Amino acid sequence: MKPAAFEYIVPDSLEQALSILQEHGEEAKILAGGQSLVPAMNFRMLQPTLLVDLNKLEELDHIRRNEAGDLLVGAMTRHRRLEFDNLVAQYAPLLHESIPSIAHPQIRNRGTLGGSLVHADPAAELPVIALAVDAQIKVQSIGGERTIPSVEFFQGMFTTDINPDEILVEVAIPESSARTGWAFKEIARRAGDYAMMGIAVRITLDEDGVCEKACLVYLNAGDGPMEAVEAAKILEGQPRDDQAFEAAAEKASQDEIDPLGNMHANVDFQRHLANVLTLRALDLAFQRADVDRGENL
Amino acid sequence: MKKTLHPIKITVNGIESTHAVEPRLLLSDFLRQDMELTGTHVGCEHGVCGACTVLLDGEAVRSCLTFAVQIDGHQITTVEGLGSNPDELHPLQQAFWDAHGLQCGFCTAGILMTIIPFLEANPHPSEEKIREALSGNLCRCTGYQNIVDAVKLAAERGVGQPNPDD
Ligand SMILES: Cc1cc2nc3c(=O)[nH]c(=O)nc-3n(C[C@H](O)[C@H](O)[C@H](O)COP(=O)(O)OP(=O)(O)OC[C@H]3O[C@@H](n4cnc5c(N)ncnc54)[C@H](O)[C@@H]3O)c2cc1C
Ligand code: FES
Ligand code: FES
Repeated sequence: MKPAAFEYIVPDSLEQALSILQEHGEEAKILAGGQSLVPAMNFRMLQPTLLVDLNKLEELDHIRRNEAGDLLVGAMTRHRRLEFDNLVAQYAPLLHESIPSIAHPQIRNRGTLGGSLVHADPAAELPVIALAVDAQIKVQSIGGERTIPSVEFFQGMFTTDINPDEILVEVAIPESSARTGWAFKEIARRAGDYAMMGIAVRITLDEDGVCEKACLVYLNAGDGPMEAVEAAKILEGQPRDDQAFEAAAEKASQDEIDPLGNMHANVDFQRHLANVLTLRALDLAFQRADVDRGENL
Repeated sequence: MKKTLHPIKITVNGIESTHAVEPRLLLSDFLRQDMELTGTHVGCEHGVCGACTVLLDGEAVRSCLTFAVQIDGHQITTVEGLGSNPDELHPLQQAFWDAHGLQCGFCTAGILMTIIPFLEANPHPSEEKIREALSGNLCRCTGYQNIVDAVKLAAERGVGQPNPDD
């Protein structure tokens, strides 16, 4: 349970970090919070020959808004900071609601947004949230930068659209339109454990309370964050209605997700949990959107 | 691979020192072997058990998921930085003693180091909050009840409230 030997560099600037990656390619691994990478190295599942530690790059640890109203979060922003930040609570409430479910406080003190997104564990909360809020993911290399929509960024189990010479630098979360409601729900055996099933929901109502747009994304429900597109279509065009909720929950939990089952929950139980959590999340999200609608009437 | 040693300057329990470490040395092993501070325990080495929890610049972290080389310029507090001997227990340790919050003691150092910043942030916690705070620390002996009681007792005694002498 000790990591294999490696060389270690802690760059002072993003530029230096990028040129090291450019030079060393796949041999190098980025070290962010270390909360997924170091366990894998301790088990010797990973044996990188060079670690590039981003922990001194303060330019990657920020939370601010741009003129368009997007919330910009630096890749090295730790979960703990997200949990208590007022801008996150106000402008990214779905993200805010999910953070206490990520691991234990000791892990949240180190783990970072960028690390969690690049690690892309199908059971992780942040990739699901990124998809539900349509986060735009900015990656940079010596050659320049790319902005990748979340739906394209996640490409399956522990796989993303990022190259070995690129660093995820920032995530942009667009401002919600009016009359938007959200909810994050998950069920874990114990606070902080990876959940057996979880869902993030975001819906937008029109002025009469009819659903204009819905987005449902599930965690631990397949080989990545799993979006239930058909279930969303069932809800769109409908007002708050139990029958529509039940039809959407049935569609998503039976047809659209593809849970793998594990030691704590078999596939049937995971589908059952998805169904129940969908109903609870939709109910809360519609209530919140209605409150927002009331305020804006 | 050739061994490159990196110089680090760190403050452990208030005392500054310099060392040369191999990058792959975990902070947990550095504390136990190089610093001979064996109060920090190692249970799983993948972040799950919490036995290795120490304070990094005042925040609880897993020392098994941090490399010693990363601690250059930072402050670490281990359980040895609380009460220095059985006659001078830290008030949190005294509460664990009084409420029988331990049996074998393997988990205790990690739990104490978890609860110190927790009580500073939440001086009057509910039982639910206490259980949530303890969720990242495994104890195979006590069944947790007396640990929860010990944290409650410590909170009642004002551990975590600003010290008037400070
Ligand atoms: C006991 C335990 C329980 C946990 N429970 C949960 C949980 O319930 N939910 C959950 O979501 N997570 C959980 N985690 C994981 C935790 O949230 C990690 O913080 C997260 O998965 C990885 O973030 P990190 O910053 O630690 O990344 P690291 O471990 O440092 O890196 C992870 C990977 O991403 C790469 N990387 C990191 N940053 C960048 C970047 N900016 N650009 C490009 N590549 C990068 C690294 O090279 C590495 O491959 C748990 C971890 C532990 C140890
Ligand atoms: S030894 Fe570090 S968490 Fe178990
Ligand atoms: S007292 Fe023995 S593990 Fe907790």
